[in-house]
Amino acid sequence: MNALPESLLELIRRTSAEIPDDVQRGILRSLEQEKKGTIAESALKLIERNIAMAKAKSQPICQDTGSVIFYVDCPIGFDQVRFEETARDAVKLATQKGFLRQNSVNSLTGKNDGTNLGPGAPMVHFHQHRSPEVQVRLILKGGGCENVGAQYSLPDEKLHANRDLKGCRAVILDAVLQAQGKGCGPGVLGVCIGGDRATGYEFSKTQFLRKLDDRNPVQELDSMEQEILATANELGIGPMGFGGKTTLLGVKICAANRVPASYFVSVSYMCWAFRRQGTTLDANGAIAGWLY
Amino acid sequence: MIQLTTPFTEEKIRALKVGDAVEITGIFFTGRDAVHKYLHEGGALPPGVNLRDGILYHCGPVVVKDGAGEWKVTAAGPTTSIREEPYQWQIIRDFGIRGVVGKGGMESRTLEACREHGCVYLHAVGGAAQVLAECIKRVRNVYLMEKFGAPEAIWELEVERFPAVVTMDSHGNSLHEQVLADSRRALASRL
Ligand code: SF4
Repeated sequence: MNALPESLLELIRRTSAEIPDDVQRGILRSLEQEKKGTIAESALKLIERNIAMAKAKSQPICQDTGSVIFYVDCPIGFDQVRFEETARDAVKLATQKGFLRQNSVNSLTGKNDGTNLGPGAPMVHFHQHRSPEVQVRLILKGGGCENVGAQYSLPDEKLHANRDLKGCRAVILDAVLQAQGKGCGPGVLGVCIGGDRATGYEFSKTQFLRKLDDRNPVQELDSMEQEILATANELGIGPMGFGGKTTLLGVKICAANRVPASYFVSVSYMCWAFRRQGTTLDANGAIAGWLY
Repeated sequence: MIQLTTPFTEEKIRALKVGDAVEITGIFFTGRDAVHKYLHEGGALPPGVNLRDGILYHCGPVVVKDGAGEWKVTAAGPTTSIREEPYQWQIIRDFGIRGVVGKGGMESRTLEACREHGCVYLHAVGGAAQVLAECIKRVRNVYLMEKFGAPEAIWELEVERFPAVVTMDSHGNSLHEQVLADSRRALASRL
Protein backbone atom coordinates (compact mmCIF):
# COMPACT_ATOMS: atom_id res chain seq x y z
CA MET A 1 0.00 0.00 0.00
CA ASN A 2 2.94 2.33 -0.62
CA ALA A 3 1.02 4.35 -3.16
CA LEU A 4 -1.91 4.96 -0.83
CA PRO A 5 -0.95 8.50 0.32
CA GLU A 6 -0.67 9.71 -3.25
CA SER A 7 -3.90 7.99 -4.29
CA LEU A 8 -5.90 9.51 -1.47
CA LEU A 9 -4.53 12.97 -2.19
CA GLU A 10 -5.54 12.60 -5.83
CA LEU A 11 -8.96 11.32 -4.80
CA ILE A 12 -9.47 14.41 -2.64
CA ARG A 13 -8.23 16.75 -5.35
CA ARG A 14 -10.43 15.26 -7.98
CA THR A 15 -13.49 15.14 -5.73
CA SER A 16 -13.09 18.78 -4.80
CA ALA A 17 -12.41 20.08 -8.30
CA GLU A 18 -14.44 17.84 -10.64
CA ILE A 19 -18.13 17.18 -10.56
CA PRO A 20 -19.07 13.57 -11.45
CA ASP A 21 -20.41 13.02 -14.99
CA ASP A 22 -23.87 11.93 -13.89
CA VAL A 23 -24.37 15.16 -11.94
CA GLN A 24 -22.98 17.29 -14.74
CA ARG A 25 -25.48 15.73 -17.12
CA GLY A 26 -28.29 16.51 -14.70
CA ILE A 27 -27.27 20.15 -14.50
CA LEU A 28 -27.02 20.44 -18.30
CA ARG A 29 -30.48 18.96 -18.64
CA SER A 30 -31.92 21.46 -16.20
CA LEU A 31 -30.22 24.31 -18.02
CA GLU A 32 -32.01 23.26 -21.20
CA GLN A 33 -35.32 23.20 -19.38
CA GLU A 34 -35.23 26.60 -17.72
CA LYS A 35 -36.91 29.51 -19.48
CA LYS A 36 -34.44 31.61 -21.43
CA GLY A 37 -33.60 35.00 -20.05
CA THR A 38 -34.69 34.26 -16.47
CA ILE A 39 -32.48 34.69 -13.42
CA ALA A 40 -32.84 30.93 -12.92
CA GLU A 41 -31.27 30.30 -16.30
CA SER A 42 -28.43 32.72 -15.70
CA ALA A 43 -27.74 31.11 -12.31
CA LEU A 44 -27.43 27.71 -14.00
CA LYS A 45 -25.19 29.14 -16.70
CA LEU A 46 -22.91 30.55 -14.05
CA ILE A 47 -22.90 27.15 -12.33
CA GLU A 48 -21.90 25.51 -15.61
CA ARG A 49 -19.08 27.97 -16.10
CA ASN A 50 -17.97 27.43 -12.54
CA ILE A 51 -17.81 23.66 -13.00
CA ALA A 52 -15.65 24.03 -16.09
CA MET A 53 -13.33 26.54 -14.42
CA ALA A 54 -12.81 24.47 -11.29
CA LYS A 55 -11.84 21.46 -13.36
CA ALA A 56 -9.49 23.44 -15.60
CA LYS A 57 -7.79 25.13 -12.66
CA SER A 58 -7.88 22.09 -10.40
CA GLN A 59 -9.41 24.14 -7.62
CA PRO A 60 -12.45 23.66 -5.36
CA ILE A 61 -15.81 23.85 -7.14
CA CYS A 62 -17.23 25.45 -4.03
CA GLN A 63 -15.28 27.14 -1.27
CA ASP A 64 -17.10 25.09 1.33
CA THR A 65 -15.22 21.87 0.83
CA GLY A 66 -17.48 20.35 3.43
CA SER A 67 -17.26 17.44 5.82
CA VAL A 68 -14.81 14.88 4.50
CA ILE A 69 -16.46 11.46 4.50
CA PHE A 70 -14.71 8.32 3.26
CA TYR A 71 -16.50 5.06 2.54
CA VAL A 72 -14.10 2.15 2.26
CA ASP A 73 -14.98 -1.32 1.04
CA CYS A 74 -12.13 -3.62 1.91
CA PRO A 75 -11.24 -7.31 2.26
CA ILE A 76 -10.84 -9.12 5.56
CA GLY A 77 -7.41 -8.41 7.01
CA PHE A 78 -7.17 -4.93 5.50
CA ASP A 79 -5.23 -2.60 7.80
CA GLN A 80 -7.92 -0.10 8.75
CA VAL A 81 -5.77 1.70 11.30
CA ARG A 82 -3.12 2.43 8.74
CA PHE A 83 -5.72 3.52 6.22
CA GLU A 84 -7.20 5.98 8.65
CA GLU A 85 -3.80 7.42 9.51
CA THR A 86 -2.98 7.80 5.84
CA ALA A 87 -6.35 9.41 5.17
CA ARG A 88 -5.69 11.96 7.90
CA ASP A 89 -2.31 12.82 6.43
CA ALA A 90 -3.85 13.15 2.98
CA VAL A 91 -6.54 15.49 4.29
CA LYS A 92 -3.93 17.65 5.98
CA LEU A 93 -1.82 17.83 2.85
CA ALA A 94 -4.84 18.51 0.62
CA THR A 95 -5.69 21.41 2.90
CA GLN A 96 -2.19 22.85 2.60
CA LYS A 97 -2.50 22.59 -1.15
CA GLY A 98 -5.84 24.40 -1.15
CA PHE A 99 -7.90 21.44 -2.45
CA LEU A 100 -9.74 21.69 0.86
CA ARG A 101 -10.53 24.83 2.79
CA GLN A 102 -9.44 25.09 6.41
CA ASN A 103 -12.86 23.91 7.36
CA SER A 104 -12.84 22.11 10.67
CA VAL A 105 -13.61 23.89 13.89
CA ASN A 106 -13.24 22.74 17.48
CA SER A 107 -16.81 22.87 18.72
CA LEU A 108 -15.83 23.77 22.28
CA THR A 109 -13.21 26.46 21.73
CA GLY A 110 -14.28 27.71 18.29
CA LYS A 111 -10.65 27.36 17.18
CA ASN A 112 -9.74 26.29 13.68
CA ASP A 113 -6.22 24.89 13.62
CA GLY A 114 -6.20 24.79 9.83
CA THR A 115 -5.52 21.06 9.49
CA ASN A 116 -9.07 19.76 8.97
CA LEU A 117 -8.30 17.10 11.55
CA GLY A 118 -10.10 16.44 14.82
CA PRO A 119 -12.73 14.21 16.37
CA GLY A 120 -14.93 13.00 13.50
CA ALA A 121 -12.83 14.83 10.93
CA PRO A 122 -12.33 13.18 8.56
CA MET A 123 -14.99 10.51 8.97
CA VAL A 124 -14.10 7.04 7.69
CA HIS A 125 -16.72 4.31 7.30
CA PHE A 126 -15.31 0.83 6.71
CA HIS A 127 -17.19 -2.05 5.24
CA GLN A 128 -15.59 -5.46 4.92
CA HIS A 129 -16.39 -7.77 2.04
CA ARG A 130 -15.15 -11.14 0.84
CA SER A 131 -13.63 -9.95 -2.41
CA PRO A 132 -9.96 -8.88 -2.46
CA GLU A 133 -10.85 -5.51 -3.96
CA VAL A 134 -10.40 -2.18 -2.16
CA GLN A 135 -12.74 0.61 -3.12
CA VAL A 136 -12.55 4.07 -1.61
CA ARG A 137 -15.38 6.53 -2.10
CA LEU A 138 -15.30 10.10 -0.92
CA ILE A 139 -18.03 12.64 -0.36
CA LEU A 140 -17.38 16.27 0.50
CA LYS A 141 -20.59 17.34 2.13
CA GLY A 142 -21.14 21.09 2.28
CA GLY A 143 -22.51 22.80 5.35
CA GLY A 144 -25.17 24.98 3.74
CA CYS A 145 -26.98 21.99 2.31
CA GLU A 146 -26.37 19.91 5.45
CA ASN A 147 -28.19 22.57 7.45
CA VAL A 148 -31.38 22.11 5.42
CA GLY A 149 -31.49 18.37 6.06
CA ALA A 150 -34.34 17.28 8.33
CA GLN A 151 -35.46 14.33 10.39
CA TYR A 152 -39.16 13.66 10.91
CA SER A 153 -40.73 11.44 13.51
CA LEU A 154 -43.99 9.95 12.27
CA PRO A 155 -46.84 10.42 12.87
CA ASP A 156 -46.45 14.17 12.29
CA GLU A 157 -49.79 15.69 13.03
CA LYS A 158 -49.05 19.12 11.63
CA LEU A 159 -48.11 17.65 8.26
CA HIS A 160 -50.90 15.04 8.37
CA ALA A 161 -48.23 12.41 7.93
CA ASN A 162 -49.09 8.94 9.18
CA ARG A 163 -46.84 5.92 9.40
CA ASP A 164 -47.14 4.89 5.79
CA LEU A 165 -45.57 5.74 2.44
CA LYS A 166 -48.02 8.57 1.90
CA GLY A 167 -46.84 10.06 5.19
CA CYS A 168 -43.22 9.64 4.08
CA ARG A 169 -43.99 11.48 0.86
CA ALA A 170 -45.58 14.35 2.77
CA VAL A 171 -42.59 14.90 5.04
CA ILE A 172 -40.03 14.52 2.26
CA LEU A 173 -41.82 17.17 0.21
CA ASP A 174 -42.04 19.33 3.32
CA ALA A 175 -38.25 19.14 3.57
CA VAL A 176 -38.02 20.41 -0.03
CA LEU A 177 -40.39 23.26 0.75
CA GLN A 178 -38.52 24.25 3.90
CA ALA A 179 -35.15 24.09 2.14
CA GLN A 180 -36.22 26.48 -0.64
CA GLY A 181 -32.97 27.67 -2.23
CA LYS A 182 -30.97 27.68 0.98
CA GLY A 183 -29.11 24.47 0.22
CA CYS A 184 -27.84 25.77 -3.15
CA GLY A 185 -30.38 24.04 -5.31
CA PRO A 186 -30.97 22.39 -7.64
CA GLY A 187 -30.12 19.70 -5.14
CA VAL A 188 -30.40 15.98 -4.57
CA LEU A 189 -32.23 14.30 -1.71
CA GLY A 190 -30.85 11.29 0.09
CA VAL A 191 -33.57 9.76 2.25
CA CYS A 192 -33.77 6.92 4.74
CA ILE A 193 -37.11 5.61 5.90
CA GLY A 194 -36.70 3.93 9.30
CA GLY A 195 -33.60 3.26 11.34
CA ASP A 196 -32.83 5.16 14.51
CA ARG A 197 -31.89 8.83 14.67
CA ALA A 198 -28.23 8.13 13.94
CA THR A 199 -28.48 5.37 11.35
CA GLY A 200 -31.34 7.19 9.62
CA TYR A 201 -29.11 10.10 8.77
CA GLU A 202 -26.13 7.87 8.10
CA PHE A 203 -28.05 5.76 5.60
CA SER A 204 -29.60 8.81 4.00
CA LYS A 205 -26.10 10.01 3.15
CA THR A 206 -25.06 6.70 1.63
CA GLN A 207 -27.76 7.34 -0.98
CA PHE A 208 -25.44 10.03 -2.37
CA LEU A 209 -23.09 7.24 -3.44
CA ARG A 210 -25.67 6.20 -6.04
CA LYS A 211 -25.49 7.63 -9.53
CA LEU A 212 -28.20 10.16 -10.30
CA ASP A 213 -29.56 8.19 -13.23
CA ASP A 214 -29.66 4.78 -11.56
CA ARG A 215 -32.96 3.18 -10.62
CA ASN A 216 -33.92 1.83 -7.24
CA PRO A 217 -34.22 -1.99 -7.33
CA VAL A 218 -37.04 -1.83 -4.77
CA GLN A 219 -40.15 -1.09 -6.73
CA GLU A 220 -42.03 0.98 -4.11
CA LEU A 221 -38.99 3.10 -3.48
CA ASP A 222 -38.32 3.54 -7.18
CA SER A 223 -41.78 4.90 -7.89
CA MET A 224 -41.54 7.11 -4.84
CA GLU A 225 -38.23 8.54 -6.07
CA GLN A 226 -39.65 9.32 -9.50
CA GLU A 227 -42.86 10.79 -8.18
CA ILE A 228 -41.26 13.03 -5.54
CA LEU A 229 -38.73 14.29 -8.07
CA ALA A 230 -41.48 15.22 -10.51
CA THR A 231 -43.63 16.85 -7.83
CA ALA A 232 -40.74 18.81 -6.32
CA ASN A 233 -39.98 20.22 -9.76
CA GLU A 234 -43.55 21.45 -10.06
CA LEU A 235 -43.22 23.63 -6.95
CA GLY A 236 -41.46 26.46 -8.76
CA ILE A 237 -38.67 26.95 -6.22
CA GLY A 238 -36.02 26.69 -8.91
CA PRO A 239 -32.24 27.07 -8.92
CA MET A 240 -31.05 29.03 -5.87
CA GLY A 241 -34.70 29.52 -4.93
CA PHE A 242 -34.97 32.15 -7.68
CA GLY A 243 -38.11 30.48 -9.01
CA GLY A 244 -37.98 28.09 -11.97
CA LYS A 245 -38.39 24.56 -13.18
CA THR A 246 -35.51 22.70 -11.57
CA THR A 247 -35.76 22.41 -7.83
CA LEU A 248 -34.21 18.94 -7.56
CA LEU A 249 -31.86 16.93 -9.76
CA GLY A 250 -32.60 13.65 -8.06
CA VAL A 251 -34.21 11.79 -5.18
CA LYS A 252 -32.65 8.64 -3.71
CA ILE A 253 -34.45 6.68 -1.01
CA CYS A 254 -33.55 3.64 1.08
CA ALA A 255 -35.30 1.90 3.93
CA ALA A 256 -33.89 0.47 7.13
CA ASN A 257 -35.66 -1.58 9.75
CA ARG A 258 -36.99 0.28 12.75
CA VAL A 259 -38.22 -0.62 16.21
CA PRO A 260 -42.01 -0.65 16.49
CA ALA A 261 -42.01 2.50 18.62
CA SER A 262 -40.07 4.68 16.15
CA TYR A 263 -40.72 5.76 12.61
CA PHE A 264 -38.13 8.23 11.40
CA VAL A 265 -37.76 9.70 7.96
CA SER A 266 -34.32 11.26 7.59
CA VAL A 267 -33.65 13.60 4.71
CA SER A 268 -30.19 14.77 3.69
CA TYR A 269 -29.83 17.46 1.06
CA MET A 270 -26.92 17.66 -1.35
CA CYS A 271 -26.33 20.91 -3.22
CA TRP A 272 -25.65 21.19 -6.97
CA ALA A 273 -21.94 21.15 -6.05
CA PHE A 274 -22.29 17.42 -5.57
CA ARG A 275 -18.78 16.29 -4.79
CA ARG A 276 -18.51 12.55 -4.90
CA GLN A 277 -15.81 10.40 -6.39
CA GLY A 278 -14.40 6.95 -5.85
CA THR A 279 -11.57 4.75 -6.88
CA THR A 280 -10.54 1.13 -6.98
CA LEU A 281 -7.08 0.55 -5.58
CA ASP A 282 -4.58 -2.07 -6.69
CA ALA A 283 -2.50 -4.17 -4.27
CA ASN A 284 0.02 -1.37 -3.95
CA GLY A 285 -2.66 1.21 -3.16
CA ALA A 286 -2.36 2.88 -6.56
CA ILE A 287 -5.46 4.06 -8.39
CA ALA A 288 -6.64 1.29 -10.69
CA GLY A 289 -9.79 3.00 -11.90
CA TRP A 290 -12.44 5.60 -11.15
CA LEU A 291 -15.92 4.67 -10.01
CA TYR A 292 -17.91 7.66 -11.24
CA MET B 1 -27.36 44.38 -16.24
CA ILE B 2 -27.06 47.23 -13.72
CA GLN B 3 -23.52 48.30 -12.83
CA LEU B 4 -22.91 49.35 -9.23
CA THR B 5 -19.75 50.81 -7.72
CA THR B 6 -18.94 51.10 -4.01
CA PRO B 7 -19.46 53.26 -2.00
CA PHE B 8 -23.19 53.56 -2.71
CA THR B 9 -25.56 56.44 -2.18
CA GLU B 10 -28.91 55.74 -0.59
CA GLU B 11 -30.60 56.95 -3.76
CA LYS B 12 -28.81 54.41 -5.92
CA ILE B 13 -29.79 51.59 -3.57
CA ARG B 14 -33.41 52.75 -3.32
CA ALA B 15 -33.65 52.60 -7.11
CA LEU B 16 -33.02 48.83 -7.10
CA LYS B 17 -35.95 46.41 -7.34
CA VAL B 18 -36.39 42.70 -6.66
CA GLY B 19 -35.27 40.70 -9.70
CA ASP B 20 -32.66 43.22 -10.89
CA ALA B 21 -29.43 41.60 -12.04
CA VAL B 22 -26.40 43.67 -11.03
CA GLU B 23 -22.63 43.63 -11.25
CA ILE B 24 -20.70 45.23 -8.44
CA THR B 25 -17.27 46.82 -8.61
CA GLY B 26 -15.33 48.15 -5.63
CA ILE B 27 -14.64 46.94 -2.11
CA PHE B 28 -16.21 43.99 -0.30
CA PHE B 29 -15.71 43.25 3.37
CA THR B 30 -16.49 39.64 4.27
CA GLY B 31 -18.19 38.68 7.49
CA ARG B 32 -19.90 35.50 8.54
CA ASP B 33 -21.06 33.78 11.72
CA ALA B 34 -18.28 34.71 14.12
CA VAL B 35 -18.13 38.34 12.94
CA HIS B 36 -21.89 38.83 13.22
CA LYS B 37 -22.03 37.41 16.72
CA TYR B 38 -19.01 39.48 17.70
CA LEU B 39 -20.47 42.76 16.41
CA HIS B 40 -23.87 41.94 17.88
CA GLU B 41 -22.28 41.48 21.29
CA GLY B 42 -20.73 44.92 21.04
CA GLY B 43 -17.34 44.01 19.60
CA ALA B 44 -15.55 46.90 17.89
CA LEU B 45 -14.76 46.96 14.18
CA PRO B 46 -11.01 46.66 13.77
CA PRO B 47 -9.37 49.90 12.55
CA GLY B 48 -9.40 49.92 8.75
CA VAL B 49 -12.75 48.20 8.36
CA ASN B 50 -15.31 50.65 7.04
CA LEU B 51 -18.73 49.26 6.27
CA ARG B 52 -20.56 52.58 5.81
CA ASP B 53 -22.27 52.82 2.40
CA GLY B 54 -20.56 49.60 1.44
CA ILE B 55 -21.04 45.86 1.15
CA LEU B 56 -20.92 43.13 3.74
CA TYR B 57 -20.30 39.80 2.02
CA HIS B 58 -21.36 36.57 3.71
CA CYS B 59 -18.40 34.51 2.61
CA GLY B 60 -15.67 32.29 3.99
CA PRO B 61 -13.09 32.25 1.23
CA VAL B 62 -10.30 29.78 0.54
CA VAL B 63 -7.20 31.93 0.68
CA VAL B 64 -3.60 30.85 0.20
CA LYS B 65 -0.33 32.75 0.31
CA ASP B 66 1.43 32.72 -3.04
CA GLY B 67 5.19 32.49 -3.54
CA ALA B 68 5.65 36.23 -2.96
CA GLY B 69 3.78 36.09 0.36
CA GLU B 70 0.67 37.77 -1.10
CA TRP B 71 -2.78 36.46 -0.22
CA LYS B 72 -4.62 34.87 -3.09
CA VAL B 73 -8.30 33.98 -3.08
CA THR B 74 -8.81 30.60 -4.74
CA ALA B 75 -12.51 30.16 -3.97
CA ALA B 76 -15.00 32.72 -2.72
CA GLY B 77 -18.70 31.98 -3.10
CA PRO B 78 -21.35 33.18 -0.67
CA THR B 79 -22.38 31.29 2.45
CA THR B 80 -25.96 30.80 3.68
CA SER B 81 -27.19 34.12 5.02
CA ILE B 82 -30.12 33.04 7.14
CA ARG B 83 -27.84 32.17 10.04
CA GLU B 84 -27.18 35.90 10.44
CA GLU B 85 -30.86 36.81 10.63
CA PRO B 86 -30.75 37.42 14.41
CA TYR B 87 -27.92 39.96 13.99
CA GLN B 88 -28.19 41.49 10.53
CA TRP B 89 -30.76 44.22 11.21
CA GLN B 90 -28.63 45.65 13.96
CA ILE B 91 -25.47 45.59 11.87
CA ILE B 92 -27.25 47.32 8.97
CA ARG B 93 -28.48 49.97 11.41
CA ASP B 94 -25.27 50.52 13.35
CA PHE B 95 -22.70 50.32 10.57
CA GLY B 96 -24.62 51.87 7.68
CA ILE B 97 -24.29 48.95 5.27
CA ARG B 98 -26.01 49.48 1.89
CA GLY B 99 -25.75 45.97 0.53
CA VAL B 100 -25.60 42.50 2.02
CA VAL B 101 -24.30 39.88 -0.40
CA GLY B 102 -25.01 36.26 0.41
CA LYS B 103 -27.16 33.33 -0.57
CA GLY B 104 -30.47 31.81 0.39
CA GLY B 105 -32.08 35.08 1.39
CA MET B 106 -33.05 36.49 4.77
CA GLU B 107 -36.24 37.17 6.66
CA SER B 108 -38.48 39.87 8.03
CA ARG B 109 -36.16 41.66 10.45
CA THR B 110 -33.53 42.11 7.77
CA LEU B 111 -36.15 43.10 5.19
CA GLU B 112 -37.46 45.73 7.59
CA ALA B 113 -33.95 47.05 8.27
CA CYS B 114 -33.38 47.29 4.50
CA ARG B 115 -36.56 49.32 4.18
CA GLU B 116 -35.80 51.56 7.11
CA HIS B 117 -32.13 52.27 6.47
CA GLY B 118 -31.86 51.93 2.68
CA CYS B 119 -30.11 48.63 2.09
CA VAL B 120 -30.60 45.69 -0.29
CA TYR B 121 -29.93 41.99 -0.16
CA LEU B 122 -27.95 40.78 -3.16
CA HIS B 123 -28.06 37.10 -3.93
CA ALA B 124 -24.92 35.63 -5.42
CA VAL B 125 -24.92 32.15 -6.92
CA GLY B 126 -24.14 29.78 -4.10
CA GLY B 127 -21.24 27.45 -4.69
CA ALA B 128 -19.94 29.35 -7.72
CA ALA B 129 -16.63 29.77 -5.99
CA GLN B 130 -14.41 29.88 -9.06
CA VAL B 131 -16.42 32.29 -11.16
CA LEU B 132 -16.79 34.58 -8.18
CA ALA B 133 -13.15 34.26 -7.16
CA GLU B 134 -12.26 35.45 -10.64
CA CYS B 135 -14.10 38.69 -9.88
CA ILE B 136 -11.86 39.23 -6.87
CA LYS B 137 -8.88 41.07 -8.13
CA ARG B 138 -6.91 41.56 -4.95
CA VAL B 139 -6.90 40.95 -1.23
CA ARG B 140 -6.31 44.30 0.44
CA ASN B 141 -6.21 43.18 4.00
CA VAL B 142 -7.43 40.70 6.57
CA TYR B 143 -8.72 41.44 10.06
CA LEU B 144 -9.49 39.28 13.11
CA MET B 145 -7.61 36.40 11.51
CA GLU B 146 -6.00 35.24 14.76
CA LYS B 147 -9.26 35.36 16.62
CA PHE B 148 -11.55 33.64 14.13
CA GLY B 149 -9.40 31.71 11.63
CA ALA B 150 -9.30 32.17 7.86
CA PRO B 151 -12.89 31.42 6.75
CA GLU B 152 -14.40 33.50 9.58
CA ALA B 153 -12.02 36.47 9.39
CA ILE B 154 -12.93 39.83 7.83
CA TRP B 155 -11.31 39.97 4.40
CA GLU B 156 -11.10 43.25 2.50
CA LEU B 157 -11.40 42.43 -1.18
CA GLU B 158 -11.23 44.42 -4.40
CA VAL B 159 -13.92 43.13 -6.73
CA GLU B 160 -14.75 43.74 -10.36
CA ARG B 161 -18.13 43.08 -11.95
CA PHE B 162 -19.27 40.67 -9.28
CA PRO B 163 -22.64 39.22 -10.42
CA ALA B 164 -25.65 39.14 -8.09
CA VAL B 165 -29.43 39.44 -8.13
CA VAL B 166 -31.45 41.79 -5.93
CA THR B 167 -33.75 39.43 -4.04
CA MET B 168 -34.72 41.81 -1.22
CA ASP B 169 -35.09 45.48 -1.97
CA SER B 170 -35.46 48.58 0.19
CA HIS B 171 -39.20 48.81 -0.42
CA GLY B 172 -40.24 45.76 1.58
CA ASN B 173 -40.23 43.29 -1.34
CA SER B 174 -38.63 39.87 -1.09
CA LEU B 175 -38.33 37.30 -3.85
CA HIS B 176 -37.80 34.67 -1.14
CA GLU B 177 -41.13 35.45 0.53
CA GLN B 178 -42.86 35.30 -2.81
CA VAL B 179 -41.31 31.98 -3.94
CA LEU B 180 -42.00 30.47 -0.52
CA ALA B 181 -45.67 31.49 -0.65
CA ASP B 182 -46.10 30.27 -4.24
CA SER B 183 -44.36 26.95 -3.62
CA ARG B 184 -46.33 26.37 -0.41
CA ARG B 185 -49.53 26.82 -2.37
CA ALA B 186 -48.30 24.54 -5.16
CA LEU B 187 -47.43 21.83 -2.66
CA ALA B 188 -50.72 22.10 -0.76
CA SER B 189 -52.59 21.25 -3.96
CA ARG B 190 -50.41 18.19 -4.54
CA LEU B 191 -50.68 16.53 -1.14
S1 SF4 C 1 -24.46 24.31 -0.04
FE1 SF4 C 1 -23.00 23.37 -1.41
S2 SF4 C 1 -22.72 24.76 -3.13
FE2 SF4 C 1 -23.71 25.86 -1.48
S3 SF4 C 1 -22.06 26.86 -0.40
FE3 SF4 C 1 -22.46 24.94 0.66
S4 SF4 C 1 -21.12 23.42 -0.26
FE4 SF4 C 1 -21.18 25.21 -1.61
